[in-house]
Amino acid sequence: MTQRKDAYGLPNVHEDRLRDLLVRGLAGDAAAYQAFLKDLSGYLRAFLRKRMVRLPEEVEDLVQESLLAVHNQRHTYDPGQPLTAWVHAIAKYKLVDLLRRRACRELLNDPLDDELAVLANSDTNATAARLDLAKLLEQLPERQRLPIVCMKLKGMSVVETARLTGMSESAVKVGVHRGLKALAAMIRAHR
Amino acid sequence: MKTDDLVALLATGAGAVEGNAAARRYATALGWGAFGATLLMAILIGVRPDIDTAALLPMFWLKLAFPAAVAVGSLFAASRLSRPGARLGWTPGALVALVLAMWLLSAYVLLGAPPSERVELVMGSTWEYCLYYVPTLSAPVLVATLWAMKGLAPTRLSLAGAAAGLLAGAIGALIYALHCPEMEAPFIGVWYVAAMLIPTVAGALLGPIVLRW
Repeated sequence: MTQRKDAYGLPNVHEDRLRDLLVRGLAGDAAAYQAFLKDLSGYLRAFLRKRMVRLPEEVEDLVQESLLAVHNQRHTYDPGQPLTAWVHAIAKYKLVDLLRRRACRELLNDPLDDELAVLANSDTNATAARLDLAKLLEQLPERQRLPIVCMKLKGMSVVETARLTGMSESAVKVGVHRGLKALAAMIRAHR
Repeated sequence: MKTDDLVALLATGAGAVEGNAAARRYATALGWGAFGATLLMAILIGVRPDIDTAALLPMFWLKLAFPAAVAVGSLFAASRLSRPGARLGWTPGALVALVLAMWLLSAYVLLGAPPSERVELVMGSTWEYCLYYVPTLSAPVLVATLWAMKGLAPTRLSLAGAAAGLLAGAIGALIYALHCPEMEAPFIGVWYVAAMLIPTVAGALLGPIVLRW
């Protein structure tokens, strides 16, 4: 197979390796999928940090939001398509979305308020306001939270989760799927 | 939650993903959308009474082929716009070429007709119905197509909405063509195109509101 080239015509070894991990992950290889997400988080962090110089404390939140988006939208990846283009489009979409929402909020602010806000905002405030996915997870309804806790945090199988929660196996799968989508929506709402 | 914990959470028990998500979703959406549009036509207007004789004329089939081709082109555009980073490629060019071909045929018909009949060829006698019923019949398809897109991941929301609207408009026009008594290319080149653009604009306006993720 010929080596993939990036936008500048250079061979892109990262693209080939990450793409291979993702394709294996989509076929059900959990270890490959975890390695994909782990590597991807590094690339996303670098990509976003470079573009969010004025919002350094929000980089990690957006890395997490983008990872969740990649996961929730992973069925839209076509193995015939360059992975770089797919990931870039998702990260860019999430970044523009964040900047637009911030811009709207900042436009609504009274300039006088703004000046006071500079003094009111301390480091601890910023940290406290940061997203905590674990806390958001707790706000999900039972039918979504329980399957996520059992399957995703405790590593139980669909069958075990169904037995423990008394839900049907398909309800467990739907619960995980909808729960992660709801989590992504909650992140947007919390910004 | 640390990012590494999130990675572990997402990967644990993620399982395999079925391929061709876009194709399956669009197939479902178009099935229901076309069913809804056909049902609306049956309730509101029905097919033209002389459809058996009209079906012998080439113009009847051209009138079906034009919106059908626009529907195919906009389906490709919509499904590409539903996937992050996918390029539109040839789809906008093909859609423009289809409309230009229809206009070329219209110009040929108009130039061949006596000047006194040209206005009649363009205006027909039912243009208001065309502008009203094509968008009406396209509404179920627009809803279904936006649903299909919502379950995928469009990143250019206005454009994606416009493609969904054009797809809906083309299917609305295809179904309306079974009722419509007009048989002249200039009528189709003007009023069918205009009628298909109404849901296109609606889709472009709705996209940024309903397609967010």
